[in-house]
Amino acid sequence: MIDFLLEPLGYEFFRHGLLAALMVGVSCGLIGTYVILRGMSYVGHGLSHAAFGGAVVGFTFNLNFYAGAGAMGLLSALLINRVTRSGRIKLDAAIGIVTTAMFALGIVIISQGTSFNQSFEAALFGNILGIGEDDLLIISLVTIATLTIIFLLYRPLLFSTFDNEAAKVFGIKTDVMQLVFSVLLTLAIIASMNIVGVTMIAAALITPAATARLMTDSFGRMLIYSLTIGAVSGVVGIYLSYIFNTASGATIVLFGALLFCLIWFVKSIQEGMLMRQRRSGKADLISTK
Amino acid sequence: MSPAVCLTDVTAGYGQQVVFSDLSLEIGAGKFVGIVGPTGCGKTTLLRTILGTQPALSGQVLVNGREARPAPTGTIGYVPQLGTVDWNFPVTVEEVIMMGLYANKRIFPWPSKKEREIVHDLADRLGIYSCLHDHISNTSGGQRQRAFLARALVNNPALLILDEPTSGVDIKTQHQILHLLADINTQGVTIVLTTHDLNAVASHLPWIICFNNGLIAQGHPRDIFTNDILDKTYGGDIVIVKHDDHFLITNNSPLYPATQN
Repeated sequence: MIDFLLEPLGYEFFRHGLLAALMVGVSCGLIGTYVILRGMSYVGHGLSHAAFGGAVVGFTFNLNFYAGAGAMGLLSALLINRVTRSGRIKLDAAIGIVTTAMFALGIVIISQGTSFNQSFEAALFGNILGIGEDDLLIISLVTIATLTIIFLLYRPLLFSTFDNEAAKVFGIKTDVMQLVFSVLLTLAIIASMNIVGVTMIAAALITPAATARLMTDSFGRMLIYSLTIGAVSGVVGIYLSYIFNTASGATIVLFGALLFCLIWFVKSIQEGMLMRQRRSGKADLISTK
Repeated sequence: MSPAVCLTDVTAGYGQQVVFSDLSLEIGAGKFVGIVGPTGCGKTTLLRTILGTQPALSGQVLVNGREARPAPTGTIGYVPQLGTVDWNFPVTVEEVIMMGLYANKRIFPWPSKKEREIVHDLADRLGIYSCLHDHISNTSGGQRQRAFLARALVNNPALLILDEPTSGVDIKTQHQILHLLADINTQGVTIVLTTHDLNAVASHLPWIICFNNGLIAQGHPRDIFTNDILDKTYGGDIVIVKHDDHFLITNNSPLYPATQN
């Protein structure tokens, strides 16, 4: 068994992929908690598409992959925030317009037949072969930044996520918290693009957090469970991807979904048993009366 | 002593839409005031203007002698409408109360021993100590209202603002909440609340402001709840049934027409 686990570690590409998936799992697990509690699950999906558009635009101007993706992702997050501020345009509509336009820009540039020195297939579907040392460095920095910022801003981020208006009254700088959240989300997305793929990032963000929500009613525990589930999904997903020779992103997401189904099933049985116990308790009470 | 709230020629609204204009209003320190009016009359906008979360389009808003703005100084405590709260959010009663202290600078996410003591003492005073570790959705309407009240009081504010604290709870809980607020008011805290429950405020609050996109009238319920003022506030169909010092305010039902006094 140990040999079975150690054998792929002999390959550099696998070690890189494993480390990247572990760190991406942690980042996505952490930021995903805020994404689902803010009711912004669709944002992750949209921003990843905008970041893809940014990456293509970046290459056109000979910029770094992450610089283009990050700039476009952040620009999209800020635009969405600005467009929805008046309340006339709802969040889902703003995401649909802004991020799809950015994605479309990338597709238009690719369809012009411009020759690129990088394949965008890895960014679309995820590929562990594409993880180099530079990518690892970026992903490490994003993970450390996410962990540090969430640790330091745990309190104001929690309050503004739970009750934004009251948080403002109590002196929390809610605009700053919104910006911090947008930046962290964009960073998590661009760090995940090459390993999970644009088309799968939304699931990588949401599934660990949703699974953690099934397991606890405490916010602090939810964060810890979510990052753990994200990390486990990443590591197991990469191993499965290697064993079955499947796309890394899709395998990570499928394993995460399997965990979600398992926890949901166990919780449903537990709740059913609890309901039956309560009903039989009530029935006993009535019969003794 | 400066008034707790002082609005001078204040116009407020959202973008092009003006909700009320040229409003001048003063609420003295230590008062216990209820703002009543129909749905959409601008009560919540008025509260937001006082809280500083919705800046006035023009005019001056002073709270405790200083320009209204959100601040962590603990001068204002705020209880939002509980209808806006996400009850599935993973927080316990203790975490909700603790949020009142979250604007204070602290590096660590977990509460300090002193913060825990403050929260536990307050929960004990408000009668929710036993449910501190319960998820917020597993509590009764009265306990929820007390949890949010505790969060508002945790910084010992001089002014407490509550948006419809009596909505969505039964009549007994309504009375308990208003009695609790009256107790807090006797400790020197100025209280301003909005409500739709005219009968509850008529029997518990010493000062009422009738509001409908502007100030209609203010005073003691005995002087304020007249057919004329309620007609101006609600636009008719309100009947006041008086008996000794008590009165009942109801709408004029075609099935059970009430006798007007």
